[in-house]
Amino acid sequence: MMTIRWPLALLFAVLLLLPLGLQDYLLHMAIQILIWGFVYTGWSVMGRFGQVSLGHGAFLGVGAYTTALLWNNFGLVPWIGIPIGVAFAVLLALVIGYPCFRLKVVGHYFALVTLALSQVVLLSIVAARDITGGSLGMTPNSVGQSSWLALQFTSKMHWYFVALAVWAFGLWVWVKVDRGMGRAAMEAVSEDETAAAAVGINVTREKLRVTVISAAMTAFGGALFGQYQMYLNPETLSGIGVSLQIVFAAIAGGMYSLLGPTVGALLTIALTEGLRIGFGTTLIGAANTIYGILLILFIIFMPRGITGFFGAWTKRRAATAAATT
Amino acid sequence: MLQLAGVSAGYGSFQALFDVSLDVGAGEAVGVIGPNGAGKTTLMRVISGMLPVRAGRIDLEGRALAGMPAHRVIGEGIAHVPENRRLFPGLTVEENLRMGAYIPSARQHVRERLEWVYELFPRLKERRDQIAGTLSGGEQQMCAIGRALMSKPKILLMDEPSAGLAPLVVQQVFGLVRRIREEGFTVLIVEQNVQQVLEVVDRAYLLEVGRIRLSGSAEELKNNDFVRQAYMGI
Amino acid sequence: MDIYLVEAIINGILLGGVLALLALGLNLIFGVVDVVWIAYAEMVMVGMYVIYWLHAYYGWPLPLACLVAVIGVGLLGILVHLLIIQPILGSAPINQLLATGGLLFFLQSFATLLFGTDFRNIGLRMPIIEIGDIFISFSRLIAFCVALAGAVILYFFLSRTHIGTAIRAISQDREIMGLMGVDERKVYVITSAVGGSLAGLAACLLVLQYDVHPFIGLSFGPITFMICVLGGLGNMIGGFVAAFLMSQIISVGGYYFSIELSYVFAFLFFIVLMFIRPQGILAK
Repeated sequence: MMTIRWPLALLFAVLLLLPLGLQDYLLHMAIQILIWGFVYTGWSVMGRFGQVSLGHGAFLGVGAYTTALLWNNFGLVPWIGIPIGVAFAVLLALVIGYPCFRLKVVGHYFALVTLALSQVVLLSIVAARDITGGSLGMTPNSVGQSSWLALQFTSKMHWYFVALAVWAFGLWVWVKVDRGMGRAAMEAVSEDETAAAAVGINVTREKLRVTVISAAMTAFGGALFGQYQMYLNPETLSGIGVSLQIVFAAIAGGMYSLLGPTVGALLTIALTEGLRIGFGTTLIGAANTIYGILLILFIIFMPRGITGFFGAWTKRRAATAAATT
Repeated sequence: MLQLAGVSAGYGSFQALFDVSLDVGAGEAVGVIGPNGAGKTTLMRVISGMLPVRAGRIDLEGRALAGMPAHRVIGEGIAHVPENRRLFPGLTVEENLRMGAYIPSARQHVRERLEWVYELFPRLKERRDQIAGTLSGGEQQMCAIGRALMSKPKILLMDEPSAGLAPLVVQQVFGLVRRIREEGFTVLIVEQNVQQVLEVVDRAYLLEVGRIRLSGSAEELKNNDFVRQAYMGI
Repeated sequence: MDIYLVEAIINGILLGGVLALLALGLNLIFGVVDVVWIAYAEMVMVGMYVIYWLHAYYGWPLPLACLVAVIGVGLLGILVHLLIIQPILGSAPINQLLATGGLLFFLQSFATLLFGTDFRNIGLRMPIIEIGDIFISFSRLIAFCVALAGAVILYFFLSRTHIGTAIRAISQDREIMGLMGVDERKVYVITSAVGGSLAGLAACLLVLQYDVHPFIGLSFGPITFMICVLGGLGNMIGGFVAAFLMSQIISVGGYYFSIELSYVFAFLFFIVLMFIRPQGILAK
């Protein structure tokens, strides 16, 4: 474990000092990478056990919209709003997950059910246009200054450290799940549910556990992103598009390793920004076109993602090096 | 007609067949007997191309079969009645039979072949529009054999035709095997039911843990002490 | 009785025909190749654009444009299978599903890139039929009839031809297909072509009623998936029945509330039914 801890500590040291040398624009990139990295890590908490959800946009939207609506309509600060939003997302995950897992809705069926879920949440947000602003989106009421209470900051530096803390928390959760008792159980479940049940694993409970953790993290990330952007749009915070984007980033980065989803966030945001700078807004859809092709290519040629690929590569190199000495 | 020379095969790191050689002459009925897990089904799967050959040769009338995919092997004249019959349970009896004549050379003669199989097994004609999954065990075996005959094969492979059937039905099934022999088909049959199978074949091989241990005429094997003790409980 | 409700119910039945066609296509592919094309509705979108360009832009006669769409999307189906599905046939089925998710992303955004987000209409005005006080759109009626005709043709294809029998057989026992002399890969390609053509046919019918835009697939995709799960994936009859059930909810729900809410109701209904009949509505 020492070998993993040292580079990680170094990474954190760099990340803590990083904002000192960055301009606002790059800070903005970094903040997005951290928040989305957190969300993608949340997805991979269940994705790595073969629980492929195409509906995480639903949790993202529930978290973000609950927080913003409570703030705008009832003046509830995000410190209360976010936990409520997360609670709603968890509830939603339970309502969908429980019947699915009890009744062994797995694989294709589960993916399709969650896909429909994400689209239904999008439609609900649009349908409730009187309070959500429909497809035009909504803006949380601004307090006009940096406020810890309202979780609004005028300086990107503040946001950077908030996002960094949340992202680090996400990694901690990932490691907890990775080292916890549940991991072996979930791996057994993802291999063969019937066999897992036969050796006494409560399949439904184990699956619900990772699903709830995953949904909660995603909702939290969604709320935070809405708060950071100060603008919520149903298309970017719910629906199939963003759900697939989450899946793409997690797979491309590598959902089986700690930093994989973050690498995925780095990749997608760099790609989006690169295309935006390179082509401006004349090429709407260019980024997603490339995501689409890349997703197909990753699944065919590199299903374990970038980190998985290089992980295996360095291991092979180490093995050959050990063999030659 | 069919010749295997030094055939080895297996699944992953598990080797199921070691250096197996056997031959079946035209018009002959040959049995392969042996206990569970001896590699009998593997042998069948290797011949019909469902499992690749690791080493050795398989020839049918001098044409090499090893390495040919299953869907081409049947075109060479080998039909395989798989273990547990494996009918398409949701298709009718006639549709199952038609599937047996899927290859182009057989497709042209579907009508006459159907008539011929129905003549051979009139029971199937009565049940032609019945869903195959609802047939009795014996009728299913009849249908599975009929399906294999639809391609008018040079040689018929039968994998455990009596498996999972009631004793009385087993008698019927061996009756079917006799009928097919009388029709002049060459048959290679794999069975655990040693006593019964030695009544219908000319020659037999004893397969144990992937190797041929004994071979001889049906009479010789019937009177072999080892076979009698180990497989016939006498 | 409320005359508008009757109209909504009739429209629901007419919509059901088209949804049933989509469900048939998806179920066919799932039954044979064991993969769900998440991008199925986006392939319909491609077909709609083909018809739009050929007919409204280049002035081809509509039937010819439709024929090209059916064949074109059928060919697209073959491409999807050969380029995306075949290379990963051996890996986990969920990977195949995700790969077609990449295709969904690609088709949607590529259409945006090419055509922008404009809503385009083929500009065909069809008469409205009046029966008593009830108004029925002629284009919907045609769509319904053609969809049913498509389903009947599919039925005959599956029950009367050798390849059709093989397609039904392969979903029952994949492993022994080789023993029948069937080359599975060929059957997969043919099934993908048929499945694609059905999407192309659906495109012909939808383009009569709806504007085409890059995200039109989202209006039909999720509901089609719900229909397929409800009917039991791979179960064609189940999917057919479920299509008419769901289309009623959408049409009648849309009449009483709003079209978005009717989708929400359809989803709730779907979740409730999953509790009651997890293996699909026709499960014993």
